[in-house]
Amino acid sequence: MTRPTAAQGEADRQLGPLGERLDAASPGKPNARPGPPLWLLAELTYRCPLHCAFCFNPVDFATVDQELSTESWLRVLREARALGSVQVGFSGGEPMLRDDLETLVAEAHRLGYYTNLLTSGVGLTAERAEALQRAGLDHVQLSFQDSTREANDFLSHTRTFELKRRVAGLIKQHDWPMVLNCVIHRLNIDYIDKIIDMALELGAEYIELANTQFYSWAEVNRDRLMPTRAQVERAERVAADYRERYRGRIRIIFVVPDYHGARPKKCMNGWGQVFLTVTPDGTALPCHTARMLPGADFPHVDAMSVADIWYASEGFDRYRGTAWMKGACVDCPEQSRDLGGCRCQAYMLTGDPAATDPVCDKSPERRLIDAVVARAEAADAHSLAARPLVFRDPKASLALAAEPDGSFTPAAKPSARTPESSSS
Amino acid sequence: MSGTADGGRPVESGSARLEDVPLASVPAVARPFRLQFEQAQDAWVLLYPEGMVKLNGPGGAILSHCDGQADVVSIIASLQETFGRDDLADDVRGFLAVALGNGWITLA
Repeated sequence: MTRPTAAQGEADRQLGPLGERLDAASPGKPNARPGPPLWLLAELTYRCPLHCAFCFNPVDFATVDQELSTESWLRVLREARALGSVQVGFSGGEPMLRDDLETLVAEAHRLGYYTNLLTSGVGLTAERAEALQRAGLDHVQLSFQDSTREANDFLSHTRTFELKRRVAGLIKQHDWPMVLNCVIHRLNIDYIDKIIDMALELGAEYIELANTQFYSWAEVNRDRLMPTRAQVERAERVAADYRERYRGRIRIIFVVPDYHGARPKKCMNGWGQVFLTVTPDGTALPCHTARMLPGADFPHVDAMSVADIWYASEGFDRYRGTAWMKGACVDCPEQSRDLGGCRCQAYMLTGDPAATDPVCDKSPERRLIDAVVARAEAADAHSLAARPLVFRDPKASLALAAEPDGSFTPAAKPSARTPESSSS
Repeated sequence: MSGTADGGRPVESGSARLEDVPLASVPAVARPFRLQFEQAQDAWVLLYPEGMVKLNGPGGAILSHCDGQADVVSIIASLQETFGRDDLADDVRGFLAVALGNGWITLA
């Protein structure tokens, strides 16, 4: 008997919720067979009652009206579970808007998944909570995403707070663990102490202070949402202080935003290594936003089995391992630690999806990040007010989708876009 | 014992001590963790909201005995029989202390 050990999963939910180690799959070796898609994110719908300015659904979501059938979802659940998926997240949009949610949760539970519901709480009535518990739901992540319209009086947005309190009560009543998720940005980062206080008051086990990642709608609104360095540093201190004071009562997750770091994050724990997203229309993606990348279309779950999607499709193999790397990543001693960072970020900022993530200070394009951060530092109330937030809704989506340089299908050189053109 | 994650990331074991796990105590997997054997990984895993802890063989063997019925003495006896050893008491209690420190188990 060797010493018992455990590879502790890292609660790095933003980048790839499972902190599973990947050595067995040797992501550094191009031909190594990856492990199973441990995390299945089922984006059931793009429909949503909210209008968050940082939503990670594609900017042109309103051009997609097809939704996968119940039967197809059930088949995806079975096929992914057979490959070894253990976590399933039912997400959206607002997943409560699918009236087959209970059916899908029940089948996922029967198959042995740990089932997670990622909801704003809108539509989570006592009756549906009861039905979801009967279906075997394991956990509810409740988001505070609808607060930005009221950013200045974040916590006095009474209607929202009352809804969250009611839903938090339901979560407790059904004995589900509760994760509160609050997307953090320039307009609310100074209130994270109040946000943590609220999480404590509601009895949450985890509070995830998810710094905005600048994709999709958040990219459209980037200059308005980007915090200053001083804001980030203060928030880090506050989070650390609360973490110390409330150890054992609540877990506080605060990940420093990309743009303010010097090294890129190991995006999704590696391309095609643990994470499989299925979009509302049935497209399988290695991450939420990968559909923005140039190249062949990603596979559809009605046209290819999940096993073939994971192990035999070009899309999921495209940036696996290190063979695709170029520039600063080639021969970099840290290449297997961060796998070159985020492909979408590289593409959005440099126009080249195989470039080193410009967040890396070894990237020749780091100046692009520095310029954005510098603009955030220089912005004052007047300049921010002059550029209002673009809220996610179908009308804005159709308008942005019609723009030749809309975020979802960036022009060949998206970095050439002026900040005004993406947020006006 | 110093529980070290396979990747060199330390498991929170700084304060783990054998005496935290009395021989007469009865361990059980704690909420919100769920222990299950995963064929695809050939390993026991602990699942929790949006996360997973993968256990190695001995870790999984120990936690799979934490059923809220058996006390630590009988868990040690059972594992020693399974592994054909008579010197596992400290390793088992040490790992249970790490598990306790991480909130994976409770003791009754």
